[in-house]
Amino acid sequence: MLLKGGTVLDPAAGRSERLDIEIRDGRIARIGSDLNADIQTYDCDGRFISPGWMDMHVHLREPGFEYKETIETGCSAAAFGGFTAVACMPNTDPPIHTRDVVEFVIERAEQTAVDVYPIACVSKGREGKELAEMGDLADGGAVAFSDDGSPVQDAGLMRRALEYSSMLEMPIINHMEDLGLNPHGHMHEGSVSTRLGVPGIPGLAEEVMIARDILIAGFTGGAIHVAHISTADGVELVRRAKEDGINITAEVCTHHFALTDEEVERTGFSTNTKMHPPLRTQTDVDAMKEGLRDGTIDAICTDHAPHASFEKEVEFAAAPFGIIGLETAWGITGREIVDAGVLSVEEAVHKLCVSPRTILNLDVPVIRQGAAANLTIFDATTRWTFEARHIRSKSKNTPFVGREMVGRAWAVYNRGYFVQAEV
Amino acid sequence: MISEETTMVAERDDDTTLRRRHMLGLADYDRDEIELVLSTAREFREVLHRPIKRVPTLRDVTVVNLFFESSTRTRISFELAEKRLSADTVNFSASGSSVSKGETLKDTARNIEAMKIDMVVIRHRSPGAAQFLTSCVEAVVINAGDGAHEHPTQGLLDMLTMSDLFESFEGLNVSIIGDIAHSRVARSNIFGLNALGANVTVCGPQTMLPRGIEQLGVRATNRLDEALEGCDVAMALRIQLERQGVGLFPSLREYHTRFGIGLQHLERYKDLIIMHPGPVNRGVELASEVVDHERAVILNQVTNGVAVRMAVLYLLAAGVRSE
Repeated sequence: MLLKGGTVLDPAAGRSERLDIEIRDGRIARIGSDLNADIQTYDCDGRFISPGWMDMHVHLREPGFEYKETIETGCSAAAFGGFTAVACMPNTDPPIHTRDVVEFVIERAEQTAVDVYPIACVSKGREGKELAEMGDLADGGAVAFSDDGSPVQDAGLMRRALEYSSMLEMPIINHMEDLGLNPHGHMHEGSVSTRLGVPGIPGLAEEVMIARDILIAGFTGGAIHVAHISTADGVELVRRAKEDGINITAEVCTHHFALTDEEVERTGFSTNTKMHPPLRTQTDVDAMKEGLRDGTIDAICTDHAPHASFEKEVEFAAAPFGIIGLETAWGITGREIVDAGVLSVEEAVHKLCVSPRTILNLDVPVIRQGAAANLTIFDATTRWTFEARHIRSKSKNTPFVGREMVGRAWAVYNRGYFVQAEV
Repeated sequence: MISEETTMVAERDDDTTLRRRHMLGLADYDRDEIELVLSTAREFREVLHRPIKRVPTLRDVTVVNLFFESSTRTRISFELAEKRLSADTVNFSASGSSVSKGETLKDTARNIEAMKIDMVVIRHRSPGAAQFLTSCVEAVVINAGDGAHEHPTQGLLDMLTMSDLFESFEGLNVSIIGDIAHSRVARSNIFGLNALGANVTVCGPQTMLPRGIEQLGVRATNRLDEALEGCDVAMALRIQLERQGVGLFPSLREYHTRFGIGLQHLERYKDLIIMHPGPVNRGVELASEVVDHERAVILNQVTNGVAVRMAVLYLLAAGVRSE
């Protein structure tokens, strides 16, 4: 196939150039100006072509919760959103805490356009007590360790985890939360939770844990990655830790720079405004954008968290946390980050393509002759409305239906598969 | 969406109905709406003093009292109000029901509605549960307490009780004392009293004052005397004894010492009126003598509760009839 007239974007170099790309047998056969060939040709005029994107924080639910999502449906959602790779969290059933589960997940994704990289458990059974067999998990193909959803509470365990993983040169990803400061909250603790009478989750619970893990990372030299950062003070802690040379990285979810806790009230307690960490305040939203701008926040992710409608169609306190995000990731980033002037297209793509792989020690795909074709074709200007029919995930739990998106991922190419968002 | 959940029923020419379909909370009620409920309640209160206390107003209207949280007085108060308006009444309480079999609130509500009901009175532990119900059923929904969010009929009966004692709400000083963070009674009173022009102070240990409470338009203090000085009405909230283990305060003894209202306060503040939503923990929020004092109007609140609920049922029944 021939991709004609697109602007090829190299986020690692921060460069863009108008080039045609000819793909044969899954590899880039030729790249150059005014290429012609008697094969299927796609007009990419007005669109960018970048190395395929990666969402480093998704929940694919398989094995165990296939009624919410499967690896296949999750990968469809990823491809729709412009991603050719995802890293999936281990809170499945069984959890990804033994090598056979790691291998199962990788194998299940082999017939899709999306590279699936399992993140394995820090602790056996995600119980926060004993280290999982990290070495064996790494040998099986795990790319990082996390007890996501169950923050590592024991500082001693976190110390051992960071020491042990440093030997493997792999990061620990912590869901930053001191549960003693959040025994039973359902939304951000602040003036909105006070008005609504909803038990709150204080930003403090996140900040205390970030501060602790910065100290432990500094002490051990291990690599700590802050999952779904959500508070202004948390961003400031990471900023200072980076200045101090701590081996720390951070990601932010698209909803945390797009929505505030006001959304809970505006929607009348919609359970699609309930996620963990919760939607915070405008101050926090502004801090997420500043953190992305100045490099404190390395990566943009979604924390794609599918839940079945019967689980979400309940009263607010009974609903599980989380929303899907793969399909809307670029449309929200385009609107809130690129269109709003926080980052250039190249910089935004860097956070979606280069940073996640750098953090996880994965090779970033390159666009050059002879390389395997791993591409995302997108634009940054199309204004469109996200609708339920765009959802590829098995679950529909998103607050973004009916919202305006700016920028569209049109297609991905990876592993020989060409997937167009809408055919 | 809030705008949908509180859909106004078709505009009417007269001002004798609430232009709302449901009563979910007082947060967006204005002065006229509250005054309408209070004046209607005063009319119904006359009924309560007649030898025959029943009027045919809600004949053929079926009301379900859906109580997912234990409650004695609110449920009985609603039930009496419904019966005195001649409504058909069904009670549903969580214990021994399908809820214990794992049925969702939505399914429970839809099953009950399939039996052709017109109005639902709901008490539930989750904030927003009443609003959620409006998205599940066609019936008119009345919130009888949703978590720590709102308890609008309690707020209205408190306001009716105050209006019996004071000429105007304008400039009236009301202090609410206790666990503000976990109180739906406090929220409904704050919203309603602010709309009527009263000045509200909240008082309690710092662990019970939620962050940003001042943004609701109240003054907050940890000192009981500061709350009672110049105060017209002191509303003590029930301390939920089961919360003691959560560590919001060290002991009941210490709570009573710092935040309990005793006879000494009634002597110091000569015109102070005492209210309490009940049930009272004697010797905790209020000294036992204060509960029985002539300036405590706790039983008036209970009587007014029936009248207010009759008024709310009546005013919202217009929405049933208009379908």
